[in-house]
Amino acid sequence: MNELAEAIPWLGSRNPKAARHVVLALMMIAPLIAVLCGNTWVRILDFALLYVMLALGLNLVVGFAGLLDLGYIAFYAVGAYTWAFLASPHFGLHLPFWLVLPLGAGFAACAGIILGFPVLRLRGDYLAIVTLGFGEIVRIFMNNLNYPINVTNGPQGINMLDSLSLFGWDISRHIPITENFKINSLVLFYYVFLLFVVGSVIVIRRLQISRIGRGWAAIRDDELAAKAIGINTRNMKLLAFSLGATFGGVAGGLFGSFQGFVSPESFSLMESIAILTMVVFGGMGNLGGVIIGAVALSLLPEILRSVALPVQQQLFGHVILDPEVLRMLLLSLAMIFMMLLRPAGLMPAHSRYSRPELVIAGKEKA
Amino acid sequence: METFLQQIVNGLVVGSVYALVALGYTMVYGILGLINFAHGDVLMVGALVSLQVILFVQKTWPALGAIPTLMIGLSVAVTVCMLLGYVIERAAYRRLRNAPRLAPLITAIGVSFLLQTLAMIIWGRNYHSFPQLITTAPLQPIDGVFITPVQVVILISSALLMTGLILLVNKTRLGRAMRATAENHRVAGLMGVDTNKIIATTFIIGSGLAAVAGVMFSSNYGVAHYAMGFSPGIKAFTAAVLGGIGNLGGAMVGGVVLGLVESIGAGYLGSATDLCHLPIWAQSASLQTTCANGGSFELLSSNYQDIFAFVILGIVLIFRPTGLLGERVSDRA
Repeated sequence: MNELAEAIPWLGSRNPKAARHVVLALMMIAPLIAVLCGNTWVRILDFALLYVMLALGLNLVVGFAGLLDLGYIAFYAVGAYTWAFLASPHFGLHLPFWLVLPLGAGFAACAGIILGFPVLRLRGDYLAIVTLGFGEIVRIFMNNLNYPINVTNGPQGINMLDSLSLFGWDISRHIPITENFKINSLVLFYYVFLLFVVGSVIVIRRLQISRIGRGWAAIRDDELAAKAIGINTRNMKLLAFSLGATFGGVAGGLFGSFQGFVSPESFSLMESIAILTMVVFGGMGNLGGVIIGAVALSLLPEILRSVALPVQQQLFGHVILDPEVLRMLLLSLAMIFMMLLRPAGLMPAHSRYSRPELVIAGKEKA
Repeated sequence: METFLQQIVNGLVVGSVYALVALGYTMVYGILGLINFAHGDVLMVGALVSLQVILFVQKTWPALGAIPTLMIGLSVAVTVCMLLGYVIERAAYRRLRNAPRLAPLITAIGVSFLLQTLAMIIWGRNYHSFPQLITTAPLQPIDGVFITPVQVVILISSALLMTGLILLVNKTRLGRAMRATAENHRVAGLMGVDTNKIIATTFIIGSGLAAVAGVMFSSNYGVAHYAMGFSPGIKAFTAAVLGGIGNLGGAMVGGVVLGLVESIGAGYLGSATDLCHLPIWAQSASLQTTCANGGSFELLSSNYQDIFAFVILGIVLIFRPTGLLGERVSDRA
């Protein structure tokens, strides 16, 4: 939460307590404001929270342990497909969420270890490209496993997924309070997701300042030195991959329940890159930064969409840059300019857990 | 047997295109230690620019023959891509030369997506059919094995380009400067080599080769598309690693080997994983009906062709990070 408080530049450092209250209040009332602008905006907020969770998980791998993972979306896919297999008419299974979600997280963690083992010795750009390959392999399998036995239903994907139901109460249904007033299910999803995000932040924060987190930081800054002081680099890296993947798996399950539909299209390389951009944009290794990055980069394209489309209509009479193009343009420019102008991100990580000058010096020697 | 020979021919053709692209990766990696993610997209730009120019030329001077038209398209594409390579190096990579390793890599990914997005804005999302300027009527050197004239041209010209590059790097003053910069750019600088210029030249040469490869790729398959660069890009990178990154000969060998493995693999993957060919399985009750009328039960069909590159990449990096012929680099990164 302290990290969140710093999101407000001057108030955060002077009066963290007040800043924390402001942030908390904002988080709580955000969907209520959004609902006034229309349901689309609540939906966008819901997705923003999912992205926050993904970015937090990826940050664990990239920001804390310094392992660049370009196939992160594969774990999201594992979580989502677990939900689709175990809670949809596809196989006729309708298991409850408190069983499916941990299973999805567990499968994702296993996938993380499967990916982690072979790439233990790789670093930097090689690691990036092998993880990218892993993500692509998972996607190719999702696309083609409809033959000879129909497992994933191929490119069409699986639909009619069960929604999240807590204690027998399906949160995808509106709750009617009075005749004309009902609580929107999208708003309910928001609060459920928020709960998960807050939980993740707490867990990840605890991890970061624990022995494990310090081990990761040591590996990131100088792997050889970390080994020399007795850190089991192999286990630490595997732990980073599997824990990072766990968050991806949980987010994937939530995504499945929220969307009610999964298909390989949602898990393209572009999404991996988008999440990486969020982490980089906000500030690798800084929880507050990563959250801000994820929220900003998932909301900005939508805001741009609602602003830019009418403007284009007015100016040219037709739409030149459609929303998807705008999003890609924004993400790629964010990536390039962030690295050129502010390589540590909007909110750089604290020096206590990260010594960038060490990283640079270490690489120069090699 | 014919199938096998046919797959070898296809593999050689695709492999030589991969090799041309791999040379660009390997040269840049050799000098900067950077994976130029945007390299595959330079290939895409090359293909789309040449397509545009060829269409324009065909419209304006329809009397011009097919070969001159192709040459004009090719040379414009090469020029544009060389410029593009220079601009990318200058704008995105040069300032990050001493930054932590992740920074240029992330910038490179950004550049790659920026190029794709710009191409999408200019050329749209559709597949464009690429004019077949060289006749596509297949030749039949051996019974049952087909090779199109386009493929012959691809094989010959890529062999020529590769020989040219080897000569350039090994025999000329520029090549010597390039090798010196790759060895140690500070010392090379002290010896009077303008390393900035050499690095820019490397990018320019690599991008030029990528443009040629793009035109070849599009002529071979007859299509061009804004996202067409990703797959040959990643495969060429695999080829470079397979051969030993930083090593020119390695990139060529790696490209050809990867092309062969991929096309032979794709040709046989289906029948190799067909459970109906396994006597024990075929007898089992559940499969008998499927297999009875000449049906098949292929666990992996040729749709999985694309995973070969990734699997090979993983295996090489894990078991032989030096590649087939090269120095160990996987943990230098």
